[in-house]
Amino acid sequence: MKLLIKNGRVVDPASGRDERADVAIAAGRIVTVGGVSGDFKPSRTIDADGLVVAPGLVDLAARLREPGHEHEGMLESEMAAAVAGGVTSLVCPPDTDPPLDEPGLVEMLKFRARNLNLAHLYPLGALTRGLAGDTLTEMAELTEAGCVGFSQAEVALKDTLVLHRALQYAATFGYTVWLRPNDAWLGNGVAAKGPLATRLGLSGVPVIAETIALETTFALVRDTGARVHLCRLSSAAGIELVRRAKAEGLPVSCDVSINSLHLIDVDIGYFNAAMRLTPPLRQQRDRDAIRAALADGTVDALVSDHTPVDADAKNLPFAEAEPGGTGLELLLGLALKWGAESGLPLAQTLATVTSAPVAVLGNALGSLAASAGRIVEGGVADLCLFDPGVHWRVEPGALRSQGKHTPFAGLELPGRVAATLVAGHVAYEAVPASR
Amino acid sequence: MLSRRNPQLNAHGELIHLLSIEGLPRAVLTQILDTAGTFLSVNDREVKKVPLLRGKSVFNLFFENSTRTRTTFEIAAKRLSADVINLDIARSSTAKGESLLDTIANLSAMHADMFVVRHSESGAPYLIAQHCAPHVHVVNAGDGRHAHPTQGLLDMYTIRHYKRDFAQLTVAIVGDIVHSRVARSDIHALTTLGVPEIRAVGPKTLVPSDLREMGVRVCHDMAEGIRGADVIIMLRLQNERMSGAMLPSAGEFFKNYGLTPDKLALAKPDAIVMHPGPINRGVEIDSSVADGRQSVILPQVTFGIAVRMAVMSIIAGNNA
Repeated sequence: MKLLIKNGRVVDPASGRDERADVAIAAGRIVTVGGVSGDFKPSRTIDADGLVVAPGLVDLAARLREPGHEHEGMLESEMAAAVAGGVTSLVCPPDTDPPLDEPGLVEMLKFRARNLNLAHLYPLGALTRGLAGDTLTEMAELTEAGCVGFSQAEVALKDTLVLHRALQYAATFGYTVWLRPNDAWLGNGVAAKGPLATRLGLSGVPVIAETIALETTFALVRDTGARVHLCRLSSAAGIELVRRAKAEGLPVSCDVSINSLHLIDVDIGYFNAAMRLTPPLRQQRDRDAIRAALADGTVDALVSDHTPVDADAKNLPFAEAEPGGTGLELLLGLALKWGAESGLPLAQTLATVTSAPVAVLGNALGSLAASAGRIVEGGVADLCLFDPGVHWRVEPGALRSQGKHTPFAGLELPGRVAATLVAGHVAYEAVPASR
Repeated sequence: MLSRRNPQLNAHGELIHLLSIEGLPRAVLTQILDTAGTFLSVNDREVKKVPLLRGKSVFNLFFENSTRTRTTFEIAAKRLSADVINLDIARSSTAKGESLLDTIANLSAMHADMFVVRHSESGAPYLIAQHCAPHVHVVNAGDGRHAHPTQGLLDMYTIRHYKRDFAQLTVAIVGDIVHSRVARSDIHALTTLGVPEIRAVGPKTLVPSDLREMGVRVCHDMAEGIRGADVIIMLRLQNERMSGAMLPSAGEFFKNYGLTPDKLALAKPDAIVMHPGPINRGVEIDSSVADGRQSVILPQVTFGIAVRMAVMSIIAGNNA
């Protein structure tokens, strides 16, 4: 199928290109950007006048809940949510039930995702069997099955010896290890340690839970040379440690979630369980540091940390409520909101959810997939067309995700997705009348 | 995002639930204390009943075990002529896997008018207040580490009874503050009522520095903490905290922070000694102090019934 996208404002964060141009697509690839020849005979033309034509979003943290938590989300619902949010590639952590520690599970997930033909799915394999922290998984087999890295998800690895060996082994083959820095013993609270948690009588996670884990990780990275991606930093002190590690030249990258980018602990209000999130929401100065670090590149990528949670699991006292919120459909809007509030050019804002996360994935992606997050001739035609001028209100009931709980319910967000293309086919299209 | 209106007040600023002392206006606290004063005489009558809650059903929902608090709520409700139903939920429905909100829905279908709730999780009474029918009132009888507002109010009643004016007082709260819902409710009440100096006294494991943001002076030295105090509130040290990573032993705690006659001598000569009970003799308080002339621990219990009558009668009279 040949497709022509006419009159759009093409924004390619990687090259800094931002201009009105036509985009010609054939056989799943971008053929020409600008100056499309009259010989190109599209079977369909999309008029993108007034729309931004951006690379499809790449989300480095989205839980699809399959296998094991199908009552909270399934590939059908969550992949539909992804493309409705302009997300064309997503990385899912291995904390399914059972965890993604066997090639068969990964192959099944990849197979189901391919059949749905919505977004591209890149699973992370479990770093240890059952995420139990004892035995390494078959990393080469899992990579062959489609894993792009290895992770302990939310289960902190207590045994430093096992973590050391896991990094040595991963470094042998050039695999990236994804870790959320959280000390296993200090990191068990339900809110960030601070005046709010003390006042509400909630158990607090101190900042040192994050910084101790980071210091340990950096020492192990120095020793092993392993490449580590640090997931969802939450504190100003943590950001500062990553800044220094990068300056030192350690092979590390990191991301932050939309939650930590926009919210703080006082948003918990009167025990609002929608604000029960991991990592927990911290204080104003932490949020300020996170926003600045995402703008200056210390933080590589912005992630949705999409976690659909069942109503029964949220309608509980705060500490008992399951952490997480739905986010795939909010990633673009919350990125644009942050970018506008920070006074950033559109291309720089979009880089945090397109080209920068692809750079984090690096050579784990195949050759064609590595062109995701960019708009280049010959690259994969994963695109997000959105109207930057339209604001919309987050109505939980209207979300496509099976998870209806979000801390951003009722918020007005900029940027409405008009269409999402995945490998050259239209995977999502808004009702034209609503444009 | 959700409305930030204090969920225990209606649109007119009247109390419809009692969930926490935090955020309640001084006038509401004073109204409760004044009303409690009028009920105190009911407790001295031969027929100890007034008909304010006649025909109303009060459900005591104790998701966490308690004998003393549940009993005082039961007595208070009965003296207001309410029908009282005690449910020991720790041993019944949740043990069968029923969710908190399902339990509430079922009891609401039995036409409850008021829930008195104790729960081990901070904030549980807020969830119940948000999900029960508009005519149902919720009283927090202790939630996790968060709040125990009727205890805070009865402590204020006791202080006012003996000290009259809050504006000149120094109040020391001693012991396991970090795990104490009583301490939090006392601190909110004391700051709202205008007490100029509130001290939180204990080791760093039990008295976090964040407490300063609640308007208290943090003291890790017992002598500094109680010197010149008008009121000393001793907190119960829970058995599970007596040894481990919080404290090495009950004996060492008593040596440093236990209230003995020697330490009490550092406070003002007319200082009163309070304790929410049940007391651990020889752990946080010496028997000679607990039974001594400055102790007001038993009057606290008596005032507690009048204060709970006041709270129940006031919220039952206000509509959502």
